[in-house]
Order: sequence, then C-alpha cells, then structure tokens
Amino acid sequence: MKELKTETTQNYWDGFTAGDWQGEIDVRDFIQQNLTQYDGDESFLEGPTEATTTLNNKVIALKQKEREAGGVLDADTKVPATLTSHKAGYIEKDLEKIVGLQTDKPLKRAFMPYGGIRMAEDALEAYGYKPDPEMHKIFSEWRKTHNQGVFDVYTPDMRKARHYKIVTGLPDAYGRGRIIPDLPRVALYGIDRLIEDKMADGANLGDGEMTDSVLRLREQVSEQIRALTNMKEMAASYGYDISRPAANAQEAVQWLYFGYLAAIKTQNGAAMSVGRIDAFMDIFIQRDLDKGLISEKDAQELIDQFVMKLRLVRFIRTPDYNDLFSGDPIWATLSMAGVGMDGRHHVSKTSFRVLKTLENMGAAPEPNITLLWDKRLPDGFKRYASEVSIDSSTIQYENDELLRDQWGTDYYGIACCVSAQPVADGVQFFGARANLAKAVLYAINGGVDELAGAQVGPNAEPITSDYIDYDEFMRKFSVQTDWLADVYVNALNAIHYMHDKYDYEAEELALKNTRLDYTFATGISGLSHAIDSISAIKYGHVKIIRNEAGIAVDFKADNDDYPRYGNNDDRADQIGKDLIKQFYNKMNTHHLYHDAKLSTSVLTITSNVVYGKNTGTTPNGRQAGEPFSPGANPAYGAEKNGALASLMSTAKLPYKYATDGISNTFGVTPRTLGNDVEGQKDTLVNMVDGYMENKGMHLNINVFNRDTLRDAQAHPEKYPTLTVRVSGYCVYFADLTKEQQDDVISRTYFEAM
Amino acid sequence: MKIYEQDLSAATAVTDKAPIGYVHSIETFGSVDGPGIRYVAFLQGCRMRCQFCHNPDTWNIGTGDEVTADEMLADAKRYRAFWGTQGGITTSGGEALLQIDFILDLFKKAKADGITTCLDTCGQPFTRKQPWFGKFEELMKYTDISMVDIKQINPREHKRLTGWSNENIFDMLDYMLEHDKHVWIRHVLVPQRTDYDYELIQIGNYIKTIAPIVDKVEILPYHTMGVPKYEELGIKYPLDGIEPPTTLRVKNAERLLHTSDYTNYKNFPNY
Repeated sequence: MKELKTETTQNYWDGFTAGDWQGEIDVRDFIQQNLTQYDGDESFLEGPTEATTTLNNKVIALKQKEREAGGVLDADTKVPATLTSHKAGYIEKDLEKIVGLQTDKPLKRAFMPYGGIRMAEDALEAYGYKPDPEMHKIFSEWRKTHNQGVFDVYTPDMRKARHYKIVTGLPDAYGRGRIIPDLPRVALYGIDRLIEDKMADGANLGDGEMTDSVLRLREQVSEQIRALTNMKEMAASYGYDISRPAANAQEAVQWLYFGYLAAIKTQNGAAMSVGRIDAFMDIFIQRDLDKGLISEKDAQELIDQFVMKLRLVRFIRTPDYNDLFSGDPIWATLSMAGVGMDGRHHVSKTSFRVLKTLENMGAAPEPNITLLWDKRLPDGFKRYASEVSIDSSTIQYENDELLRDQWGTDYYGIACCVSAQPVADGVQFFGARANLAKAVLYAINGGVDELAGAQVGPNAEPITSDYIDYDEFMRKFSVQTDWLADVYVNALNAIHYMHDKYDYEAEELALKNTRLDYTFATGISGLSHAIDSISAIKYGHVKIIRNEAGIAVDFKADNDDYPRYGNNDDRADQIGKDLIKQFYNKMNTHHLYHDAKLSTSVLTITSNVVYGKNTGTTPNGRQAGEPFSPGANPAYGAEKNGALASLMSTAKLPYKYATDGISNTFGVTPRTLGNDVEGQKDTLVNMVDGYMENKGMHLNINVFNRDTLRDAQAHPEKYPTLTVRVSGYCVYFADLTKEQQDDVISRTYFEAM
Repeated sequence: MKIYEQDLSAATAVTDKAPIGYVHSIETFGSVDGPGIRYVAFLQGCRMRCQFCHNPDTWNIGTGDEVTADEMLADAKRYRAFWGTQGGITTSGGEALLQIDFILDLFKKAKADGITTCLDTCGQPFTRKQPWFGKFEELMKYTDISMVDIKQINPREHKRLTGWSNENIFDMLDYMLEHDKHVWIRHVLVPQRTDYDYELIQIGNYIKTIAPIVDKVEILPYHTMGVPKYEELGIKYPLDGIEPPTTLRVKNAERLLHTSDYTNYKNFPNY
C-alpha cells in the first residue's frame, strides 16, 4: 500500500534529485539534494506584476482604513476560530495567485477564546465590539480555557510576582506561540502522506503502559491527525486538493501557505513564525523556470503575493498586550540564507526575491525578515541585503555559525523575534521575562517593592547603611534572585502544562516530527541597568537616598566614572556575563515541564518601555519609570567609545546560556556609514561580519536620522510606511504608542561628527 | 621658528622607552575617516584655529589621556574583525602630526602587524627642517594613506581662516607626490568662507597637478554640530549665523573639484 503511494508521488517529484527524503519525511535532505545556489547580484530581479500592484494598493487602502478605525477594521464576535469555521476569503479572487485568509475577509480578526475567554472579550470590547454572551457561557461554564487552567493552579507567590511586575508578559492568557511548523512538508509530501506517517507513529507510541507522557503524546498525535484532515477541508474550500504533493511552483507556495494559514487560523500565538523556506521554494520555482513553464516575472509574482498574505495576518489583542508589544506584531518571522553543515551557502535567487518584495510592495513590518548571516555568504547577496537595510530598516541579522553550532543542524529557523529552533524536531515553550533591574532594588529593599511598598520578594534584611557595600549587596541579591528564579520557572511550569492541556497547537505540531526536543525559554529584562547598577555599587561608591518608609528611591554615586556596559570594558561586561550565567543556573535547579532544556534570552521587544515604567530609580542613575534599554543594548548614553565598542560588549554575553537570543538593536545615521551608497554598503557588510566573528548573536539595523523620526512623529501622514526595527521585530513607526515613539527617538543613534 | 620647535617637543613627551600619545577620544566605528571601518584616535592638540572647527576641545596641547603605541594598538586590535580588507587605524586630531614620535611608533607597529594606517592631517606642522623632517620621511614609510585638507587655496585667505599660512601644506603635498604617497583630498565647504567658485576652480586645478597620488576628493559640507562645544568652552563661535551649504552648492563644489574623477580609493590597499 505504502509503496504504491510512493509510485504515484514520483510524478510530482519529477526532475528532483532522489534521496532519503523520498522514503521518509525529511525536508532538509530534499533541500540538500536539490539546492540551487546563486552567487550573482540582484540584476535579474523583476518588478511587480500589474495584478500584484492592484492587490497591494487594495491592501494598503485597507490598512489605512484599519488605522483610521482605531486599529481594528472588523472582528468576529461569535464564531470560535477553527480551520473550517470561515468560508473562503479573498482580496480580489481573480488576481490572487496565492489565496487564503484567516477569516472570510481581509483584516477581519478571528475570535480565539481557547487561550482565555476574558482576554478575547477584553480585546473585542477595547475596540468597541460586543462579545457574544453565548460564547461567554460556553467558554466559562462548559469549556475550560488555558487561562482558567493556569489561574486554578497559580500559587499566591506567583500571583504576587506577576501583579508587581517583577515577572511580566507571561503567556498565561494568550497563546505561547514560537512554534515553527515544517511548512514545506505540505508541499513536498501532501497531507495524506503526512497523515499516514502520524498514524504509524501513533500506532507505535508506547507499549500499552499508560504513563502520563504516553497518554499525553498519544492524545496529541490523534489531535494532529484530526488537524491534518481539517487542513485538507480548509484547502478544499479554496478549490485545492492538498492531499497530494504540489505539482509546480505555484502549488508549492500555495500548499506551504496553507500550512501556515492553518496555524494562524487556530493559534493567537505570541509569535507565528514562517520558518526557513527560501531554498525550498526556490527548488520548485527553478524546476518550473527550467521547464520554461514560468518566467522570472511569474516567479516574483508568487513570492510577492505570498509575502502580501503574510502582511495581512491579524490577531485581536488587549490594550495591555499592545503596550508590551506595540504595532500589532505577529512575528511572521521568515529566516533566510545561511550556510549548510557541508559549507555550501543557502542563498538562492528566491532569497533575493523575498528581499525584492520590500521594493515591489513597499516596506512593511511583516514578515519579519531575518538573515542567517555567515561571512561565507556570497558578496552579491550581502551587499544587496545591506542596501535593503539602508533603504528600509526592515532586516535583522543573526549569527548563522553560532546558531548552527548550538543547535546542531542547518535546518533551523527563527521562532518569534530572535530565537532559533530546529524546524523538523525542535519546539520552544515561550516564557516572557523576569526583571533583573527590579531584583537589584529588591536586594536593597529586602524584597519590598520599591514602587508599591509591598513585601513581594523574600522578607530579608534590607541594606540599612548609607553607602552600599558590594559584598553585602551581592549576598542579598542572590537571596532575591533565588526566589525570583523559583517563582518564575514554576509559573512557567504551570503555564505550559495548561497550554498543552487546553490550547494545544495541533495544527502546527502536526507539521513536525512526533518526537520533539523541547526548550524551556525564559528571559531577562533590564540587563544593562542591572549591570551598570552593580558596577556603580562595586566601583562608584553609591549612596542610598530613602523615603520616609525607608525604601531606597534614589542613589548617588560618589565616583560617577565607574565602568559601564557598552564600552568594551571587561570590568562591566563581566558583570553581565555573570548575571546571565548565575540566573540561568538558579533557574536550572528547578523542575522543568516536559523535561525541556532550559534556555534564557536577553531580548525585550518593545516591552522595555513597560518594564521601565514599572521599575523604580536604579543605582546607575536611571530614573523611576524611564524605559529600559531594549534587549541586550547598553543603557542610553552609557556608550562612550563608539558603535563597535558597544557591539563588542553585547557580543561578550554568553549565547551558550542565552540560547533563546541576545538582541541588539543598532541605530545609525546614513552619513555615519559612509559618504556614498557603495561605501555605506561596504561598511554595513563589514560591521555585520565583524560582529558575527566576535560571536555577536543578533543585530537589528536601523538606518535613519533622528530628525526623520521627529518629523514622522509630528506628521505621521507623511510617513505611512516608515518602519523601524525594535528589539526582534519591525513596526510601522506610526503604529507605536507616543511613549514608545519617544523611546525609539531617544535611543542611541551612532553619529559621525 | 624657535618657539615652533619647542612646542613640538612639548607636544610629544619622549620618555626613555616609548613615546606617549595624548588622546582626546577614540571612535571605534570610523567609517568616514579613511578607507573602510577604522579605529580612529583623535589626538589632543592643534595649533590651527579654523573658524569652522567642530572640535575646539581638541586644541589644547599636552593634555588628554596618555597612552603608548602598544596600548593603543592592543585596544584597536580588538576591533580587527570589523575591518575587512580596507579598514584599520586612523590617527586624527587635533593635529596628529604634532605627535609625530607617537604616531611613528604606532604606525610602525601597526604595519608590522599587517594593519593599514591612515594619517588625517591638515599639514600645518610640516617642515623640511631636521630633525622633524627625518621623522616625517620615516613616518611616510609606514603610512598607507593620508587625508589632507585643502582649506583655502590662497595663502592670505588661508591665514585668515585658520591662523596659519598654507605654503608648507602644499610643500608637504609636493613631497607626497615626489614619493608616490597616496592621499585623499578634502575640502570643507563653508558658505561665505570657502565656497567661492573662482577659488574652487583653483583648488580643482591644483588637485589635477597632483592627480597621480589622489585617490579620492571629498567635499565636506560645513555643519553646526560643534557649536555646543564652543558654548561649553566659553569660546565665541566665529561662524555665528552661517548656515550649512545647500545641496546645490555641495554639488557645485563637487563638480568644480572633479570629485568623480578620483576613484582609486576603491583599490585600496592593493593598487
């Protein structure tokens, strides 16, 4: 039976180089066998077709209407989203080469109550929609949600840590996201073959001894099979039969997109990554080009329209969530290029075609284009990418060699903003962030929250002297971070247990191996301020200024010339390295759900603003309420030796512990990069090369003048597509809150005099 | 002339061992100060008083952080991965040539380590008198590229603009031409001071006479970013009320100086 199936799929695979990928599900092997490297420049690229431009103008007009409507154009209030809950939707059916929308209309947001009914309702109400009372009844009385599950088990300590915001952004009311489905499987094998495989996996799962883990996985595989069946039905509503492999380039892109559509129809995840698909799509496109079935113009049209669909993804979220992650990001992260384990680079013409979409359809924040950078990438591609970066500030760069070595495969993608994940068999449990800058204050104040005055951390002896003694501080800091690590990791244990139980991502995990490696993600916010504060305490002789209640509310360093993170000064940078390692080790002493491997991150996205708002004045002189620097960036104004010294400090942070990512958001004025365009491209290429060679992990690059941003803040209508990279993603500047705009403007832009 | 020589020895303190350099500041990411990405050491001390100077805080001689060439080189080399094939070290200022012993030591050691060297100078200290000239000749052996400003073509106007004549600057360029030492020529374009067509044409003509060594010609539009420094230092700003040149005037100057004719910089350092 199985052999017969392989026979018939042969036709779809005609022209491909044979390999292991035929006998078993193995997209990586397919890419290895069929990769077409491209070493040239961008001169082969084509502009948009008329159909693309017409569709794109419609999309831009719709987005404008959406912005005018206060952020949401339309929203479902009573149909819980499933793969088949909505009939087929189009922008303009006859012009669309790649079809499929989350709901029946573009930009109409789906109702997704499984993460938590309250959050779904609050989100609707925030935009003036009335949630259906029937839904309320169903999802609070009849069908339990993830959110309810988590709050059923949270301990008082966890609630407190959350309430006083030493831990923020936990995915306890929304989807955890950060799963990269192996989307090419849909195109290469067709759904029937995938179901067949999952059934075989299910049949052989466990020996009949129903342990917790066997029960869980058996149930999950069954759900995955159901999801796959529903995917076929969803595609059928658009007139496609995805039970079989894709027969040509258009189908391959379409099939792959259906796989993605399945994910975004059912999960309102913190990130909905697309994965690493440039080389894969390119193989199908190249086959059609070789056969003379399509032209370059057609090829570009497929990529343009695919990317256009990624720009339309929407979720309805609460104002609280938007404060954290502004500009409606969904992290349709699309990772590209990189170098294979065998040393061949994976730059194809399609890597260029994806970058070209930014010109063909204008800059946009999604998809979150991520270049897996290696010194060995071909020059033509590096220079083109730099040019696109300079023109649009929409690209982020990640250190391919570092990631490849850490994860042991060249078939990994970027989940969410910065974190790497093996596409076939890796999954991350997303875990938000703990606030280490606040923990510094808890150490000084004996666990009393500096803003609320409440006892939150362990009731330990505060520092009572006028000046802070470094050794005493470090002892007390350790007590508070022991507690923080404990409460944080265990809150996450609760979250992931419940998420698996009540909001399992069957549609995404159906497109991955059955047996998976799990990463238990955590994160650190306020790192730069924690480092500089500790350095101030160690080298600057810091005096405490207390309020009537005895809480430290301000600090004065006698010697203001203490080493600061961001100057390539080992005295400060070592503090950062130690902080990460120590906090990691503290968390790692705890039980981790699903036997996952612990990882941490230093990336905050735009949440640095909210974290800062909720944190009192720190010993490094940062005033209460002031934003933190984003991700792993040095504190604003701390850098004295120029951009490279700053980058070198970040590059020293140990990726080995922070395998979830160390994000640096780099801003520079065009003139600082060089006096002419060619020189600017060279500078950027050398800069990224140098950063990666020094083991820097991630770099967002923004190229513009502060004046442009100021003007855009005053006259948003003049800059509808001005995009900026914030920690780990990209947003339309106009979609940021005023506070976040101010924050972006006040960030460091390296400038030549 | 006596004072001149004395000043020089005061500017570079020669100890028994290594000459000490006086540093105003370090820019690790210099991408407009010579070829590629460069580690730029802004040395302390300058005798010129250019009206458009945006770094008046570098004027004082003999102050600044004290470093040896070895120390600076060790610091610079931490950024080597960013330099690509063109990048390296630039000494700027202030006026780098006031500390010739230090930069000679630095460049010699840098070249021994395979690092490209760039001298950013206005040429004011140049003289054919010994022992200075001998040091300069030695320095040129270890200098891959120099960046020289032509601030004014007319010696009298040059003196008005900077406090010093430009005759020795042209002499230095003659020396460089004789010895095939390559340069980037730069001209700071200041409205009402250095932006008259007849003078720009003269500069353009002059550059043609030394064309074989000219890798690049740049117009640097005057900017007002240095104004706050004057306020801080309590010095009256000499160009009060003068605005940066328009794009049109910058283009005009580029045309008159034939900047697009000089493209050899692309081949640096492998001519």
